[in-house]
Amino acid sequence: MSKVPENIKYAKSHEWVKVDGDIATVGITDHAQHELTDVVFVELPAVGRSLKAGEACAVVESVKTASDIYAPVSGDVTAVNTALNDNPGLVNQDPYGAGWFYKAKISNLGEVNELLGAVAYSALIGGS
Amino acid sequence: MSLKRTPLFETHQRLGARLVEFGGWEMPVQYTSIVDEHLAVRQSAGLFDISHMGEVIVHGPGAAGFLNETLTNDVRKLAPGAGQYTLMCNERGGVIDDLYIYCVGSGHYLLIVNASRIEADYAWLRARFDAVPRPDTRLQNASESFGAVAVQGPQVARFMDACVSGGASEGTKVGRPTDLVKNQMGVFRLAGGSAVVTVARTGYTGEDGFEVVAPSGDIVWVWDRIMAAGAEFGLKPAGLGARDTLRTEMGYPLYGHELDEETTPIEAGLGFFVALDKGDFNGRSVLAAQKASGVARKCVAFKMTERSAPPRPQYPIWSSGPSGTRVGSVASGTQSPSLGVGIGMGYVPPGLALAGTTLEVEIRGRRSAAVVVPKPIFRRTSAKP
Repeated sequence: MSKVPENIKYAKSHEWVKVDGDIATVGITDHAQHELTDVVFVELPAVGRSLKAGEACAVVESVKTASDIYAPVSGDVTAVNTALNDNPGLVNQDPYGAGWFYKAKISNLGEVNELLGAVAYSALIGGS
Repeated sequence: MSLKRTPLFETHQRLGARLVEFGGWEMPVQYTSIVDEHLAVRQSAGLFDISHMGEVIVHGPGAAGFLNETLTNDVRKLAPGAGQYTLMCNERGGVIDDLYIYCVGSGHYLLIVNASRIEADYAWLRARFDAVPRPDTRLQNASESFGAVAVQGPQVARFMDACVSGGASEGTKVGRPTDLVKNQMGVFRLAGGSAVVTVARTGYTGEDGFEVVAPSGDIVWVWDRIMAAGAEFGLKPAGLGARDTLRTEMGYPLYGHELDEETTPIEAGLGFFVALDKGDFNGRSVLAAQKASGVARKCVAFKMTERSAPPRPQYPIWSSGPSGTRVGSVASGTQSPSLGVGIGMGYVPPGLALAGTTLEVEIRGRRSAAVVVPKPIFRRTSAKP
């Protein structure tokens, strides 16, 4: 069973967002890391880059495939998780914690409401 | 058209394998994770289903002569029980397949061919075989009758003998599998039953190991017997994903990547397996000319020297420096689980093929530094700490 924490929001493309005031922390879900297995490389956006919701902003690579990560909300990147450079496996081990990808200053809080809650995301992934 | 399944399909399902399409077959790419299974093979042992591969048998007084005209290596080197890596080329010297051939007994040969090439190989062999009378000699595609597994890793020698009972009745007549040296085969009885198995001390991973060929109806028993014997030594099921990362670390070619019908063994760096002096064989004149005058492209192994996403097949290779140009392509590429860096093989002009040459691999629009390395890319002293 994939973990789907209650207190965060989800995009249909399997990113999660934790909102703290106007800062969004973004990563990929347990379901996504389980599909990928063995993350071997993560390409993160540059700090300062301006993202639009739905824009491809990062790449996560497993042994067999490269997958695009899409910004769930619009905003400027304020920090990236450089720990993933030397330890990309954190994405598999702790996708909602130490495996976070980047933080951004949310430019349009209304976009957060358009994301899925835990129940809706669980339904999307079929409770798998 | 639905995908073919080996007799071990239900075993793979029971083990929770992730199944993918490979060469028309539905095969396990991984059971737990590719990296875990790869490391299990390097550290203890892994068991692979290779039943999708093909078996061709040639039997009779005309067998050796026919095979020596058709394959690049010299079968006269094979005493009963010996095997060799070899290639089958078309008239342009292009590779139809790379394969292993075993001399089971005098005039009796077993060929193990790639799953994706069974039909092409057999059609080629059949056409050549039928072109000339070969009294009392038979060519048979036995692929549907046989399954096979590969058990590979440093611990394999500790449990392989427990998988058979008695000594070899054919091939190299040793008392037990661990008395076979590399490339030798013997025919044994599976322990705990009556199944007859062909055991060859060979593999595609760079580790010690065996490939075991058995009638399709017995291959599940073979898998179960080996699994039971190997469990306490850390034996794990391993899928095609790990098989690919393991062979890439060794710099071994994979048909469809380093080898195809437009690529010769000389270009691929496999001249050692081309016996020009044995007499005529398909493609000989082209290969002799290439050995004498050189080739326009050479297969090299490389390692990424700066942090980058993994190199992958078809990514462009560039010469390095400000006046760098596109010089070739990646044939195989991956993140090496043993080394923790990107590795691969690709084709470049011969002037850039020396070990130590710096290159660049273009990965999603950005060029990252790499260096040509000798094969094998991974060897025990070079593992990351």
